[in-house]
Amino acid sequence: MSFSAKKDPKGVIVIGVDGQLIVGNRHELKQRLTEALEGGERKFLIDFSNTGYIDSSGLGVLVSLSRKIREADGELRLAGLNEDLRTLFELTKLDTLFNIADSAAAALASF
Amino acid sequence: MVISVRVPTDLQVVEEAVDVVARHCLASGLTPRAARFNLRVALSEALANAIVYGNGLDPSKSVEVRVVVASNGFAVHVCDEGSGFNPAEIPDPTLPERIGRPDGRGLFLIRQLVDDVSFNDRGNAICMILRRA
Repeated sequence: MSFSAKKDPKGVIVIGVDGQLIVGNRHELKQRLTEALEGGERKFLIDFSNTGYIDSSGLGVLVSLSRKIREADGELRLAGLNEDLRTLFELTKLDTLFNIADSAAAALASF
Repeated sequence: MVISVRVPTDLQVVEEAVDVVARHCLASGLTPRAARFNLRVALSEALANAIVYGNGLDPSKSVEVRVVVASNGFAVHVCDEGSGFNPAEIPDPTLPERIGRPDGRGLFLIRQLVDDVSFNDRGNAICMILRRA
């Protein structure tokens, strides 16, 4: 499991989650985004195209980051969720809380 | 057949433990989606709960995972060394007043992703049933 980060030409920080987002690595994602937010970044996209599964701790970190970013007048979007991950968001009703795009390209176009 | 794994009280090993169990269950006939998704998420939740809330992150304690493979399905038991909890006291995390909270979704997800869930009287052992398709 690992995270990749890059900044697209529109100034969006794109974080890729490779592997799982679970209790063992959720703090790393939180730290990366929090540091970027504190560094002045305001537009974030988390791309789950290469993600296996997310547990409730991972979902919790996303909820927590969403609030932080919103409070800083920033934007967080999610993209690339496979069928399993979409099911998770639907079961927990978190699909109502997040802006979710089908693909990273679609999400980036909407910023 | 029975698959037994003793897991140390360490959140960093949850992924590996889940992977080991899921691979064995897949090889024993669990459907690929159930092995990839339902079992992995449910077991990950049960292990995290056992490690954090059950064993209180005490490294001297461990968590026992035992999977009983039967003709009609899989019974996944996760038992910690804690004093247990009352699952009936866990609120629904999808309620409007709770949906913005970062915590409290573990047991809810387990209930959604497996076919049946039960606990022992003490509340320190969960049994999750995944039926064969």
